[in-house]
Amino acid sequence: MPETRLKKILSVFEGKRGGLVSILQRVQEEFGYLPEDALAEIADFLRLPASEVFSVATFYAHFYLTRRGDHLVRVCQGTACYVRGARDILETAQHRLGIKTGQTTKDYKYSLERVACVGSCAMAPVAMIDDDVHAKMTPLKMNELLAKNKEKGSEGGLP
Amino acid sequence: MINNISLTINGLDVKAPEGATILEAAQTAGIYIPTLCYCPGLTSEATCRICLVKIEKKKKLHPACRTPVEEGMAVTTDDAEIERVRRVTLELILSDHDFNCLLCPKSGTCRLQELVNRIGFDERRLNRLNRVAKDLPVDTSNPFFDFNPNKCIHCGICVRTCREIVGVNAIDMGYRGYELKVSTFGDKPLKESVCVSCGECVERCPVAALIPKKMEYPTREVKTTCAYCGVGCGLYMGVRGKNIVKARGDCENPVNQGELCVRGRFGYKFIHSPDRLSSPLVRAYDPLERIAHGIDETSRPGKPLAAPLVKREGKFVEVNWDQAIKYVASTLLHYKGDQFAAISSAKCTNEENYLFQKFVRTVMGTNNIDHCARL
Amino acid sequence: MTATDAKVALRRIKSFEDLERFKETIIAQEGPDATYVTICGVPGCGVSGSHKIYEAFVAEMKAQEEEKNIIVKRTGCQGFCEKGPIVTIRPQDIFYHSVTAGDVPEIVEKTLLNNEIVDRLLYEDPQTGKRHAHVKEVPFYEKQVKVVLRNCGKIDPANIGDYIKVDGYRAAATVLTQWRPEEVIDCIKESGLRGRGGAGFPTGLKWESSRNAPGEEKYIICNGDEGDPGAFMDRSVMEGDPHSVLEGMIIAGYAVGARKGIIYVRAEYPLAVRHLSTAIAQATDLGLLGRNIMGSDFDFEIEIVKGAGAFVCGESTALVMSIEGKRGFPKPLPRPNTSIVGLWGMPTVLNNVETFACVPAIILQGAAWFSGIGTEKSKGTKVFALSGNVKNTGLVEVPMGTTLREIIFDIGGGIRGDRKFKAVQTGGPSGGCIPESLLDLPVDYESLAKVGSIMGSGGMLVMDESTCMVNMARYFLDFAQNESCGQCTLCKLGTKQMFEILQDITRGEGRPDDIEILLELAEAVKAGSICGLGQTVPNPVISTIRYFREEYEEHIHEKRCRALVCRSLISYRINEYKCKACMLCLKACPVDAIIGAKWQVHEIDQSKCIKCGACMEVCPPKFSAVECVSGLTTGD
Repeated sequence: MPETRLKKILSVFEGKRGGLVSILQRVQEEFGYLPEDALAEIADFLRLPASEVFSVATFYAHFYLTRRGDHLVRVCQGTACYVRGARDILETAQHRLGIKTGQTTKDYKYSLERVACVGSCAMAPVAMIDDDVHAKMTPLKMNELLAKNKEKGSEGGLP
Repeated sequence: MINNISLTINGLDVKAPEGATILEAAQTAGIYIPTLCYCPGLTSEATCRICLVKIEKKKKLHPACRTPVEEGMAVTTDDAEIERVRRVTLELILSDHDFNCLLCPKSGTCRLQELVNRIGFDERRLNRLNRVAKDLPVDTSNPFFDFNPNKCIHCGICVRTCREIVGVNAIDMGYRGYELKVSTFGDKPLKESVCVSCGECVERCPVAALIPKKMEYPTREVKTTCAYCGVGCGLYMGVRGKNIVKARGDCENPVNQGELCVRGRFGYKFIHSPDRLSSPLVRAYDPLERIAHGIDETSRPGKPLAAPLVKREGKFVEVNWDQAIKYVASTLLHYKGDQFAAISSAKCTNEENYLFQKFVRTVMGTNNIDHCARL
Repeated sequence: MTATDAKVALRRIKSFEDLERFKETIIAQEGPDATYVTICGVPGCGVSGSHKIYEAFVAEMKAQEEEKNIIVKRTGCQGFCEKGPIVTIRPQDIFYHSVTAGDVPEIVEKTLLNNEIVDRLLYEDPQTGKRHAHVKEVPFYEKQVKVVLRNCGKIDPANIGDYIKVDGYRAAATVLTQWRPEEVIDCIKESGLRGRGGAGFPTGLKWESSRNAPGEEKYIICNGDEGDPGAFMDRSVMEGDPHSVLEGMIIAGYAVGARKGIIYVRAEYPLAVRHLSTAIAQATDLGLLGRNIMGSDFDFEIEIVKGAGAFVCGESTALVMSIEGKRGFPKPLPRPNTSIVGLWGMPTVLNNVETFACVPAIILQGAAWFSGIGTEKSKGTKVFALSGNVKNTGLVEVPMGTTLREIIFDIGGGIRGDRKFKAVQTGGPSGGCIPESLLDLPVDYESLAKVGSIMGSGGMLVMDESTCMVNMARYFLDFAQNESCGQCTLCKLGTKQMFEILQDITRGEGRPDDIEILLELAEAVKAGSICGLGQTVPNPVISTIRYFREEYEEHIHEKRCRALVCRSLISYRINEYKCKACMLCLKACPVDAIIGAKWQVHEIDQSKCIKCGACMEVCPPKFSAVECVSGLTTGD
């Protein structure tokens, strides 16, 4: 099954130049991360050395080589957020989830990331759970959000 | 090439051919510019920042290894500012390098060591920068050489070698920033990668990051031709006492221009192997088996051989050259024409192979001759 | 999709006249007497519930069954993010802030139907206490001049009709049907427009060199990889007015002779990607992108490429590498300019979002108009993302040469909580911190460079006395070392070492000559790194040492952090004379570090204290017995 899913993605890029980063993005969208077999196949498809595909995949911060959690918790550590206490928010999230930044919980429910800036600086500090932006965060709010998210599975947000 | 570009380096008039780099021009003129990630024959990526020089009327420092000479260019390779940048650069590299020179096999031929001697460092600063060293696992999976990332200075010469000279692309720069690391696909041990163990990267590594498993310095070198195959790569065998301890490609040799494959570079241990054959062997059979194989005992001209050879289970038995040749000749007498086929060895010289095919065609009367073009 | 959308999608625009007719049709459809309710619908305001407000308006309008022609629109950022969600009612220009869905019926009832103003939603000037009803009267907007943000917050970014109504694509139409490419370049050159991405290279010259460079194919790239933390103006433009970026690119493509444009957007901006995609689809439907645009023989198409999370890809050569599918390793000097040898080795114009957004305005209003704004060397306006400890955070567009003081105090309303201003940081991780003594500095490329900062993409972070400058430098270097590509020694190891030393200083482990060593490292990294990232990331260190050296010295020699930020250098104490032994702090302490009992004055066991500050928070203000101190002997 996974092979056909991959082949489908690759077929879109047939004959296109320089698609490596875009292909990796699509494959990650499909699988949630970049499985090693997929990387090898992408290298074959693009006629690139596998080592180069690996090097590109490890260069960009958005690519993951291991399975991620179902929900991605991102805490902004941008300048504006930082001066308004983003460090505490991140620490709260770490504590609550019991993992460090960049890690995934054992049950593959959550992955925790720090992001450089989500561009909502005026509403600092912000955190994102999946695609929902949560503004003017406090440690308390972070705790509540994660607790709520755990119950409901997902949080309502922007349309 | 015509030296048609005139420039000055440190006030000295220098001439260089078009397309030459400042570094090449300086080297020809005998002016020293320190380098680290530069390697002749490879593209220059100017990542080590050691060879930065000043060019008049240009605001930024330029890497000498990459900047082509221009007519009327005025280059300064050494002044207080360059010195400052160079020293800090070197100190930074040292701070990230597991340096324990006394115990390092590369000591004495290490390029980083040489730079320390040439450029010097600020002890106060170096002490401050020295932190707990990285403790990354050493990759010892390859049978011929080890990769020690703690000694790696990320010059990228190995990666470029694998890409531009060998074409295998077993390694590339993985990850980024401080985590940057020479890595194979999936960051697996070299043995599990597509690496062909040619050791070209080991030869070029300026430090002890890529280092032969056993490193001994030869006391003298003997120029020879690699005996492994018919390509005929020129090499220098490094000898220490009675033993060969190193092989390196002969850069002057037009065949390989200094390059070697895994056999030429690392496959010399057989020379001193106790298992190595020192006289011909003949496979001996029981007389009953010979009859079963249709070999007529009485018609064998090499009869004197028979007695000591009678052994069961076809074991090899040592004989002298005369005996061996006689045995072969007598056996060949039984065959003629297309009954016969021959395969020659890539390890033979051209002359030997020529003679052999001549023998097969004229004496044996057949064209059934081939050659193991590979080993 | 609105009604207008559906109707216009049917026709293609094939000439200048078509565009004019299109515009007139839209005006006629909406009606001359229309009242517009615009609601800020971008993530900043979105998190404060703007979509609920929109829905409430739509529902309320339906319920009212009024005949009045009222059009509700969701727009891009209206700038005053601090007071979001914002609702503006045009043409009266009534400005309501911090609106909730519950306020909607009242707004509809009073303002929309009866022309009354809802007082409590008006902006109240904290200094004068006066309430302002109209956008222009609000001090935040008063001094702003909107060129780049001319349409942001006024039009629905998902509706091309809205854009055309405000003379959108008119500049492109003019250029394509009446101007020669050289004239376009001359106009941009004359306007004095400089790249808004940070370095400030004259845009006209860039275009000219691409035009003159040989190449079968040429490319226009829009750099929307806004990576500076604290900067969000490009995001706002892409989200709020995507068509003006497309139009700028079309004009650039025509001027340069390119047929393909690429917008490189950060993947962290999903809404920007969505709005740009919609805009491209709409423009293509109308024939404003594609073959023979507006009846000319000019073809142009635009593609979106998403970034994959690398700050260094904002650098031109790294960005090109990234689009080519490689690692974003910037190319070392000497290298040909991207405008001559860029994407796939072809001439490539690479400009920032804001730069492209300026172009249509310059074409329409003339080079002289644009060069009339700003200073001698820096023309036009610049958008800043005002954030940090300032009262009015948000997007601000001002003429070049406006002073920092005007931006921070007049527009930004001064410091939050009326604390003391300490520094302003411009240019993100590549910029520097500017102290109070330089507040009257006019903001332009040269002046900022002179004081050790840069214009950068326009982040402007205001810091008050509660910010520790050493910690700030540490923060930026942490960012820098995380984002360094690792290619060159100086940047990779230099940023790492500077970060480690700064970390030591903030932990009270600084050594006497650390300041000197930091400066030596910074200068070397600046001088020797391959790319713009390495050459500028030492700026926060250099500038904070330059202007706030005494803070470094206090950290190193006195182990004191005057802003009480560096946790290793502070301690919490209970003033025995003020403590009323109320047990509040004792109960709040998460690690039981407080010794005491009822009627027994409390004391903090310093060996247990984790410096979370919980005790200080709970101590009743009338007692204020818990104090945070730094620089004294901290341990018992």
